[in-house]
Amino acid sequence: MKDIREDIAWAKINQDVLKSLENPRKLYWVILFIALAMLGVAVGCEVYQYEVGMGVANMDNPHMWGLYIATFIFWIGMSHSGTLLSAILHLMHADWRKPIYRFAEAMTTFSLLTAGLFVAVHLGRVWQIYYALPYPNERGTWPNFQSPLLWDAMAIFTYLSSSIIFLYVGMIPDLAICRDRIHEGWRKKLYTLLSLGWEGTDRQWRNFRVTYLTVACFLIPLAVSVHSIVASDFGMSQQPGWHITSFPPYFVAGALYSGCAAIITLFIILRYVFRFEEYMTLPILKKIVRLTFAIAMVWTYLNAVEFASVWYSHDQASKDVLIQKASGTYAPFWWAMIFCGSIVPLVLAFKRFQTNIPVLFAVSLLLNLGMWLERWMIVAPTFSHGIYPWTWDHDQWPSFVQWGMVFGSFGWFTLLFMVFCKVFPSVSMYEVKEMVYHRSQQSKKQEETGKFAAAGKGAH
Amino acid sequence: MSISNLLENWSQFRHTHPVEDKPHDPYKWAMSIDLDACSGCNACSVACYAENNLPVVGKEKYANGQVMHWIRIEHYWDEDVGEEGGREFPDQGAQFLPMMCQQCEAAPCETVCPVGATNHTPDGLNSQIYNRCIGSRYCSANCPYKVRYFNWYDYPSTENIWPAEMTQQLNPDVTVRGKGVMEKCTFCVQRLAAAKVTAKSEGRIVQDGEVQTACQQACPTSAISFGNLVDPESRVHKQWRAQQVELDKDKQAKDEKEGGTELRGYRILEDMRPYPSVMYLERVRESAI
Repeated sequence: MKDIREDIAWAKINQDVLKSLENPRKLYWVILFIALAMLGVAVGCEVYQYEVGMGVANMDNPHMWGLYIATFIFWIGMSHSGTLLSAILHLMHADWRKPIYRFAEAMTTFSLLTAGLFVAVHLGRVWQIYYALPYPNERGTWPNFQSPLLWDAMAIFTYLSSSIIFLYVGMIPDLAICRDRIHEGWRKKLYTLLSLGWEGTDRQWRNFRVTYLTVACFLIPLAVSVHSIVASDFGMSQQPGWHITSFPPYFVAGALYSGCAAIITLFIILRYVFRFEEYMTLPILKKIVRLTFAIAMVWTYLNAVEFASVWYSHDQASKDVLIQKASGTYAPFWWAMIFCGSIVPLVLAFKRFQTNIPVLFAVSLLLNLGMWLERWMIVAPTFSHGIYPWTWDHDQWPSFVQWGMVFGSFGWFTLLFMVFCKVFPSVSMYEVKEMVYHRSQQSKKQEETGKFAAAGKGAH
Repeated sequence: MSISNLLENWSQFRHTHPVEDKPHDPYKWAMSIDLDACSGCNACSVACYAENNLPVVGKEKYANGQVMHWIRIEHYWDEDVGEEGGREFPDQGAQFLPMMCQQCEAAPCETVCPVGATNHTPDGLNSQIYNRCIGSRYCSANCPYKVRYFNWYDYPSTENIWPAEMTQQLNPDVTVRGKGVMEKCTFCVQRLAAAKVTAKSEGRIVQDGEVQTACQQACPTSAISFGNLVDPESRVHKQWRAQQVELDKDKQAKDEKEGGTELRGYRILEDMRPYPSVMYLERVRESAI
């Protein structure tokens, strides 16, 4: 089966994609409304917590961090797949990424925005959050450059701004198409402004290619560093269960994993909501599914490495935390994480499930559930079973405020994502055209060589 | 501009190793606690509440783990309690251990604070700047002793934390902390500062016994001694030397000796190398009760 039909007319591509920007279907409004309602829950929780204090989240000594940090890591991880699809696969000339990278890239940006909010709601004094940034001030004070949390703040801001630039740069030719095709109104003005006078001249294309490639190359090390630094938040501390040198690659693998799973989910939703069957085809889905399976196995391996290194480290405290995870209060969640993260992806190894949409939808949600549990299982058990036995406390449970915030963050993400899909083309039109063109050239060539070979055979 | 400040001053920030390089001159505040003398009466904890304006959070929050005691009395029941044929109340044995911030020389909490709100002072204290704290709680996450306490609620504005007539007894030398900041034992830094000012105006350094921490003052059995470790005449210095406990070691030479040692001095979690400033004297009697 082909990744994409080779005989789609370019005008039809424009038409199909631009249709997604027009009056939404009812389903779109339903999704938007649900997302808004979910966000409302989170806003309510935050207002309450802001007014009364962090105590309402039911954190205590020693449970200083909770679901906020776990979900923060989850969203940061989610952001990695966009860069993987758009930048890494771009450099590797994997052109099957073309119809789907735009929404993956948007996912990167929005999940980073969501993650940033979790830092804010986690802070005891969110109104002083700017203290953590190296801004010039009269008092001559700087943040503490030794703290991994500061590296975090800087890495996330850099990654966020770069991925916005990358998303935007890659969209310029498409914005020009929108500018030319859309009816008069505020959006026409917006596209005119954003497309920066794009006319599609040779010189513009050349400059565009160079810029896009440069930003892509710049983004890849950033993506790796961001999650390595998030891993450093834990690896650099000396708490049992955190002080593990394999954390950075483990976190990066986990990030790509949950990101790819999320791409499958969104792929299926977009394909259905915007009727993109022509572009988001099953063979492309199959390729992401295989990629996800490979990353799932890497993650499983790194998990095993972590357990083994803790088990044979003879560090009793770390070992106790591991035993606690597998048999204590958190055991159901820990085993659920192992099940969702390492067992469920085995389904993806079977060819007949690799294009089965209902199965894939369920599996991708389960994978992300597993990855969220993984982050929670990194954060929480260490607090409940630290180095100092007097502080052991296995019974502290996050309150509805924390759960509400986690729940609402999915609404916030969906809201941003759905609005983006209505305002900007979520399938890259110019790259799909490129892909169609290249594929048709290729098959022409094949046909010719085929004819030639056939002719050659005849001569003998 | 602050870039020059960054290059000139902040590049020196924790450039030196707090134990190996920095000479504590003329002060290094330290403590020693005799567990044999401790009867677990909690007077130290109460004194600390009074001295440092600690909020009394009430039963519900206490049960919820949100208590604010800077010094806590940990009780460890004897091994045979609750077991078959073991002892029951009142014959049961228990051991007590007062636990407060250990004022580590290489404090795990200091390096991780994103805003530099917790720092080392030249006289060996682990200081906390309430105004700078943004409440990321990373310090507590990395504290092996978990002796940092977070203001989960806005206690000063909460009812019954300090009943109206009792606001008059708040210590004017100590800040009342609002919600969202971290706090912990300061070794009664307000008393130290006052004593240092007095001594300086008289052109001398603080003498041993001139300054006491609130917990030390309240201890009925004098289990807690506090003073200047640099001063060879101080009680703390003598105790540390008698016990052969050295501040800048992660393993004491006396413990290396074959057959062990009769000396009682030890520091908690010493091998993790936080270089704590509190020495405990091991219990010799079987139990406190």
